[in-house]
Amino acid sequence: MATRTDFGPPDYREMLPPVIKANYGKWLYHERPQPGVLKHVAESGDALYTVRVGSERLLSTDKVRELCDLAEKYCGGYLRFTSRHNIEFLVSDANLLAPLLGELKARGLPVGGTGHSITNIVHTQGWVHCHTPATDASGVVKAVMDELFDYFGTMDLPAYCRISLACCLNMCGAVHCSDIAILGIHRKPPQINHDIVKAKCEIPNVIAACPTGAIRPDPARKSLTVNEDRCMYCGNCYTMCPGMPVADSAGDGVSIWVGGKVSNTRGGPAFSRLVIPYLPNTPPRWPETVAAVKNIVEVWAKHARKHERMGEWIERIGWERFFELSGIPFAEQLIDDFTTAPETYRTTAAFKW
Amino acid sequence: MADEMKTPLLDDLEKGRWPSFVTDLKQAAAKKASAKDLMGQLEKSYVDRIGHWKHGGIVGVKGYGGGVIGRYTDMPGDFPGVEHFHTIRVNQPSGWFYNTKALRELCEVWDKHGSGLTNFHGATGDIILLGTTTDHLQPCFDDLANIGFDLGGSGSALRTPSACVGPARCEWACFDSLDVCHTITNAFQSQLHRPMFPYKFKIKISGCSNDCVAAIARSDMSIIGTWKGNIRINQDEVRACAQGGMNIQAEVVDLCPTHCMGWDGTTLTLDDRECNRCMHCINLMPKALRQGVERGASILVGGKAPIVHGALLGWVAVPFIKLEPPYDELLEFINKVFDWWDENGKMRERLGELINRQGMGKFLKAMGLKPAPQMIKRPRANPYYFWREGVN
Ligand code: SF4
Ligand code: SF4
Ligand code: SF4
Ligand code: SF4
Repeated sequence: MATRTDFGPPDYREMLPPVIKANYGKWLYHERPQPGVLKHVAESGDALYTVRVGSERLLSTDKVRELCDLAEKYCGGYLRFTSRHNIEFLVSDANLLAPLLGELKARGLPVGGTGHSITNIVHTQGWVHCHTPATDASGVVKAVMDELFDYFGTMDLPAYCRISLACCLNMCGAVHCSDIAILGIHRKPPQINHDIVKAKCEIPNVIAACPTGAIRPDPARKSLTVNEDRCMYCGNCYTMCPGMPVADSAGDGVSIWVGGKVSNTRGGPAFSRLVIPYLPNTPPRWPETVAAVKNIVEVWAKHARKHERMGEWIERIGWERFFELSGIPFAEQLIDDFTTAPETYRTTAAFKW
Repeated sequence: MADEMKTPLLDDLEKGRWPSFVTDLKQAAAKKASAKDLMGQLEKSYVDRIGHWKHGGIVGVKGYGGGVIGRYTDMPGDFPGVEHFHTIRVNQPSGWFYNTKALRELCEVWDKHGSGLTNFHGATGDIILLGTTTDHLQPCFDDLANIGFDLGGSGSALRTPSACVGPARCEWACFDSLDVCHTITNAFQSQLHRPMFPYKFKIKISGCSNDCVAAIARSDMSIIGTWKGNIRINQDEVRACAQGGMNIQAEVVDLCPTHCMGWDGTTLTLDDRECNRCMHCINLMPKALRQGVERGASILVGGKAPIVHGALLGWVAVPFIKLEPPYDELLEFINKVFDWWDENGKMRERLGELINRQGMGKFLKAMGLKPAPQMIKRPRANPYYFWREGVN
C-alpha cells in the first residue's frame, strides 16, 4: 500500500460526546457551581458539567490510559484538553458528578483552574527535550504549582492570574502576554566553534539572524566573530548554526515578567514587562523563582481591586509603587534599550514617590 | 532491574500536591530503555544545570518536509537509549476533543514505536510524541495514518492551526471555531507539511475576544469572533445578579472601558453604538447578557513572540468578516497573505516584521483592503508620509 499523505487531522465531530453534538452552537449560559466545575446549559435545557483537572502535560501512555478509564466510567468515553494543558471531563449525567469528583480526589488528580484562580502553567520542553533551553520547564512548573496549589482549587483572587513558562527566548507559547511569565535566559555570548561554523553553517543567514547586528564575517577563518558588547545572548544564531552554542551552566537562569494579558476585556491585550532580570537555575525546586512568583501573586492579591488583572492593577498604582510594594529591587536591565525602547520611557513629569 | 538508576533530584519532584511528570517518566522507564535513559540524562541536566541535547538534525518521513524534530543526546556513551530521540508532532483534532478509542489507539502505536512519553499538548497545539529512533519514524507514521492521525507542522511552514472550544461548549462562540480550524488545516495541507515559506506561520482561532487560545499574542493570523448590533439584556437576570451579591455599578458599569453602561438599581442601560465589544460585562453576567445576533470575526495579522526583531501583537486587518461554510472569502484572504509574504518576505521574517518593514499601507493595498479607523489606535504623529500614485 502506498503511504497516504496530507489526509489531515481526525474529524473533530467524531470526538464530540452526544450531549455536545445535540446542543452544538446552542449553549445559552454557564455557571460555576464550585471551583473546577462548570455547568453549561443549552437552549434545549440540557446541562453539561465540565470537571477541569490539572495535569503535568508530560504524560506517559499509562497516564493517558488512566484518563481514558475515567472518561469511560463517567463520561461515555469522551474528554478534552484545554490550551493550558488541563484535562476536562465532560459529564452529561449529573448523578455521576459527585462520584467522579470523589474518584479524582482519591487518585490525587487536582480539580480547579476555573474563575478567579491560578490555572495550569503553559510551558515548553526544557531540558527534557529541547536543544536551546536556558532552564528546565517541567521541573520549574511542578515546583511553582506545588507552592501555588491552593490557588488552583479556589476562586478567591481579585481576578484570574495566568502564569506561563518558556525555557528560551524562542518562547514556544505566548508567555510574553501573561500575568506572570517565567522565561529562561542565557547570559553569555556564543562560544564559537569555527570548525562547525565552517562545515555546517550558512554564514550570511547567521549574520542576518542576529537582532542587534553583533555578528560579523571572519573571512580568514571562513567563519564568524561576535561583537560581545552588542550580544544580548538571545540564542538566535545558535538556532541557525550549531557552531554557536550559548547555553552555559553558570550563566543560564530565569527572568520574571509581569502584567501581560491576551483577552480584550477592559484595557485589552498587553505585553508582560521585565521585573526580575535573573534568578539562578537551582534544580530540583528553583526556590528563588518559586519565592519570586509567590511574592508577586500575594502582593497583587492583597492590593488589587476586584476584577483587576495584574497589569491593570500595576497600571493603576504605577510601576514605581509596584516595586515598592513588591520589594523587588529595580535593576538597570529593566530600562529598555532595544529598538522598541522609547515607548517605555516616562514622557510626563507626573509620577509618584 | 540490575543496574538500578539513582535519580535523587528528580525523585524530589515526586513530592508535593501537583501531578508530577517524574511519575510519568518512571512509568515509561519501567517499560522502555529509552525512557529510562531520558530520566538518567535529565537527572544529569539537573546536576549540571544545562541541557544535554545536541543541535537538532533533519529527519522525516516519506512525502513530508516536517512534522518530525530530530533529537540526539550529547552523551550517547552514557545514555545509548536516547542516542536518537526524535519528536513527532501529531495534528490534534479541532478543540482538543477525543474519544477514548482514538486515544487508546494512539497509545498503542506509541508504545510500539516510541518511548511511551507524550505531551498533551505542545504549545502550538499538536499532540507531541516524545522520543523515537530514526528507523521507527516511517513505521510509526504508517501506523498513525492507519488510525487516522496525520502529522503537524514544523520549520518554515504553516504551523498546526488550533482553536478554542467554541460552539461545542461555549455560548460566546461567534462562529464555528472548530470547523474553521478543521477547514483551514485541510485546505492548506501542503503548506503545513512541506516548509516553503520565509519562516513559520501560525493561525489561531478564538470564537470571541476573550481569546482563549492567545491568538492575538502569537499568531501571524488571528481569527477572533465578534458581533454587530445590540447586546441582548435580560433585566430579570441582571437583577438576579444584583440580588446574588454582585455590585453592578462597581463591577460591571464602572469597569466598562467605553463608559457606555448605566445602572439605576433596577435597570441596566447600554448605549450599544459606543460599546467596543470587549466582553467584560458579558463575562460577568453570562445569564443576563448575550452578544448581538449578527456574528462573525475580526482578522488580525502580524502577532508573534520576540524572535527576531521583537514581539508584536496582532493588528486589525479585516474588522469584520462573516464566517460560514465553505469559508471561501477567508480561504482566499489567507492565500493572498501567503502569496504576498512568500514573495516579499526575507528569510526568517515573520509576517508582522515584513508589514513593519514595508508599511501597513502596502500590505492593505496588496490585500485589496480599504483603510479604516478600526485598523489603528491613533493616526501617525510624524509628517513623513508618501503621496504616491494609486494610494487609496
Ligand atoms: S522555549 Fe526555547 S528551549 Fe523551550 S522548547 Fe521552545 S525553543 Fe525549546
Ligand atoms: S546570541 Fe543573539 S545577540 Fe548574541 S550573537 Fe547570537 S544572535 Fe546575536
Ligand atoms: S475564545 Fe470566547 S468563544 Fe472561545 S472558548 Fe473562549 S470565551 Fe468561548
Ligand atoms: S462589552 Fe465591554 S465595552 Fe461593551 S458594554 Fe460590555 S463592558 Fe462595555
